[in-house]
Amino acid sequence: MRAKRKTGKFRWRKWIPIFIMMAPGLIYLFINNYIPIFGLVIAFKKLDFQAGIWASPWVGLSNFTYLFKTPDAMVITRNTILYNLAFISINTCLSLAFAIFINDMKNKLCKKIYQSAVLLPYLMSIVIISYIVFALLSPDKGMINNSILEPLGKEPVSWYMEPGYWPLILIIVNAWKGVGYNCLVFIAGIAGIDPGYYEAAQLDGATKWQQIRFITLPCLKTTIITLTLLNVGRIFYSDFGLFYQVPMNSGALFDVTNTIDTYVYRSLLQLGNVGMASAAGFYQSLVGFTLIMICNFIVRKVDRDSALF
Amino acid sequence: MKSKDQKIFTVISHVAMILVTICAVLPFLLVFISSITEENTLVLNGYSFFPEKLSLYAYEYIIMNGDKIFRAYGITIFVTVVGTSVNVMMSSMLAYGLSLPKLPGRRFFSFYVVFTLLFNGGLVPTYLTYTSIFNVKNTIFALIIPTFLMHTMNVLLMKTYYSGNIPVELLEAAEIDGASQFKIYGNIILPLGKPIMVTMALFSGLSYWNDWTNGLYYLTGYEGEKLYSIQNFLNKVVTDIQYLNSSQVGANSDILAKLPTVSVRMAIAFVAMIPILILFPLLQKYFSKGISMGAVKG
Repeated sequence: MRAKRKTGKFRWRKWIPIFIMMAPGLIYLFINNYIPIFGLVIAFKKLDFQAGIWASPWVGLSNFTYLFKTPDAMVITRNTILYNLAFISINTCLSLAFAIFINDMKNKLCKKIYQSAVLLPYLMSIVIISYIVFALLSPDKGMINNSILEPLGKEPVSWYMEPGYWPLILIIVNAWKGVGYNCLVFIAGIAGIDPGYYEAAQLDGATKWQQIRFITLPCLKTTIITLTLLNVGRIFYSDFGLFYQVPMNSGALFDVTNTIDTYVYRSLLQLGNVGMASAAGFYQSLVGFTLIMICNFIVRKVDRDSALF
Repeated sequence: MKSKDQKIFTVISHVAMILVTICAVLPFLLVFISSITEENTLVLNGYSFFPEKLSLYAYEYIIMNGDKIFRAYGITIFVTVVGTSVNVMMSSMLAYGLSLPKLPGRRFFSFYVVFTLLFNGGLVPTYLTYTSIFNVKNTIFALIIPTFLMHTMNVLLMKTYYSGNIPVELLEAAEIDGASQFKIYGNIILPLGKPIMVTMALFSGLSYWNDWTNGLYYLTGYEGEKLYSIQNFLNKVVTDIQYLNSSQVGANSDILAKLPTVSVRMAIAFVAMIPILILFPLLQKYFSKGISMGAVKG
């Protein structure tokens, strides 16, 4: 009996240093993630800066009623979801194709160069990317107006005033920036396929297309599904930089560039409308959480190891 | 022997990938070429890969008058170094704890960590927390602490690495020899976990270097401007230009005179890219490593 208690005590003493080491990380998560989660109650309050979050008066659902009465609610939901769907499908197809191309090459140097090139844009900040986009699209100095449209005898376009072009522009910029990463994921996946399959297929006289269709794609199925589901889980979140910085916060484009994240930012810090911002933020957190849970649940069924928990 | 079919496919792959490579790389070349284009040529003919006149004026200007730019660059370096070091240490200590199978309350702690991936308070409460409880507004902490000091995903990757690559027998042996837990961490976990530490440090360093959102949210007015990182500085220049374009004042000469010219702007952008270009081979190597270790979810 006594001996048992002693070992019990001994065990706890042993774990104290471990808890001390874990503490900074746990405290940081509390500050950075848990306090804001409790802070979500602000969506049901009218913020009084003097009184602080906790002492501000409750207003029930009125922030939400206001938000969903505006046409904005519909526009930002539509934009966030549709852009994400476009990004997921286009980026997956492109990066899969590039990964298959790159993997097929025998020349090591070429492989390396291509792999590096696709990754390069992924590593650059969105601010620099917006500078590049501006160099291409600037109405008076941009390369597209000056070096492509003018020689063709076409009228220059004021890109930052014409919403019609932006869905395409944003999809291109996002693919340009994001494909490299997914491509590396698929290359890692293809590298794991047993080369014996291909040798056997070649002996049987399978064409290249048949090898892709019946070996590469089926072997990558789990990776593709997992990656897609994890992205679908995040369909209610958007890349703030892409939608804010790349269109240069241009008011004429809001109809096609406003997503939940840019809306929350503008309402909170540019218009000072905390009520609307917090209602939209709460809406995003709640629906986002539900979607992540659903998708993660499916991922668990497909590939246990890739699930978030 | 290669079949005809295989040959055609190889040709198609090379053609496609050469086009992709050009598309990926040329825009960065455009930034560099614009930065060494003579200003008048830029204003008259616009951005071009083959400018009529070259000039190193932009770089001279940065060296001679670039106090603000150097300051911003210095702040970016400081924030990146401090943020990354704290991030990696904090994450690895937490990950080490979580990786121990016998840790009391392991399920609770794992849930506590993973839950932050699933549920997110979003910008409004985060902003209010940092500004009203912790008062980080217009301090250097604003650039370091919010969001980037720890990435839950990285903690989980490190945890997986530690449980897969550090033999439990080794830890037990060290314990029997009487080594304290801190010693075990310092003498066994840190050296053996070096590959994952380097990978995480590069990921974190990259996100600090490229971050402009913390500065956008938490730095305001004249006070905040002094703490701008290089990305915030670049962003501010764009905002000023837009302000000039939108306001009817037009020749608001005060702001106009202070604005960097087009070539100088591109030169600053290029200078901000240099560290990433230099570290690129390393970054690429460790990105591939990170992905094969399971960073798919990132």
